[in-house]
Amino acid sequence: MVKAKVFVTLKKSVLDPQGSAVRSGLATLGYHEVQDVRVGKYLELFLDLPAAAAAGRVREMCDKLLANPVIEEYTFEIAEVGQ
Amino acid sequence: MKFGVIVFPGTNGDFDAYHVIKDVLQQPVDKLWHTVDNLDGYDCVVLPAGFSYGDYLRTGAVARFSPIMGAVEKFAAAGKLVLGICNGFQILLEAGLLPGAMRRNASLQFRNIFVNLRVENNRLPFTSLYREGQVLKMDIAHGEGNYYVDAATLQELEDHNQIVFRYCTPEGEITPAANPNGALMNIAGVCNRRGNVLGLMPHPERSSEGIIGSADGRLVFESILRFWEGRGGNG
Repeated sequence: MVKAKVFVTLKKSVLDPQGSAVRSGLATLGYHEVQDVRVGKYLELFLDLPAAAAAGRVREMCDKLLANPVIEEYTFEIAEVGQ
Repeated sequence: MKFGVIVFPGTNGDFDAYHVIKDVLQQPVDKLWHTVDNLDGYDCVVLPAGFSYGDYLRTGAVARFSPIMGAVEKFAAAGKLVLGICNGFQILLEAGLLPGAMRRNASLQFRNIFVNLRVENNRLPFTSLYREGQVLKMDIAHGEGNYYVDAATLQELEDHNQIVFRYCTPEGEITPAANPNGALMNIAGVCNRRGNVLGLMPHPERSSEGIIGSADGRLVFESILRFWEGRGGNG
């Protein structure tokens, strides 16, 4: 069993209205050092696959469904987990 | 002319679209469950508004893998008419039948208001009964209508007149204040290059009878019918 941690974020070139709102919220709380906030998604997938085979499958899943290539990009990490 | 209105789990605008086609346009129409995989016999399909599959992950992201979407792709490739309204537009974007993607509204609010739209392209099967530059009043109801394309794709859209509707003031000016969701260039609706697939965030089907606030959307449906009749009624 492996666990894939998938991070989906908006591309740098795409304005993030949620991130802007969070940034101004933080500024209201006094955290003026925050220059930018980007809000993304974190997904955990548990796969019944050897770790070596998982990367290719997860990449396929990201390309087909988990991320929209028009506005988003993704990264992922794969680790063995116990049953 | 035979219409189909597609129903995904979570669709809720199917009743409005069905009503306008059946009772206002007075044309035959069927509701099509998302498991249907053959659209033979239909001349136009509508992907209506709603929250297909709860809009989980991204709006339209899951619906695009429904069995009927393979049939819609073939239908579009054959030159038949496909109209996506609101969530239907979002599904067409996810399916790659139209260019672009939706972000959360810039305000982060769900907006349900009447907006003004300017007709930018009236040479389509969906818009031929409008005047170019005509200002329409239509309903919107969405939280993710903040349309985005990259600069290269935007140029392509402009070069091929694929921007069909833009949010404007009542006088027809394209201003930031008239933009309800932050959409790039105030874009409210786009078509594919061939002009037989249209997606728009505003609701022509909820703006087709004066008694509910506006009848300006009705000409979308009348235009479709006129187009079909002009082709001898054989689709």
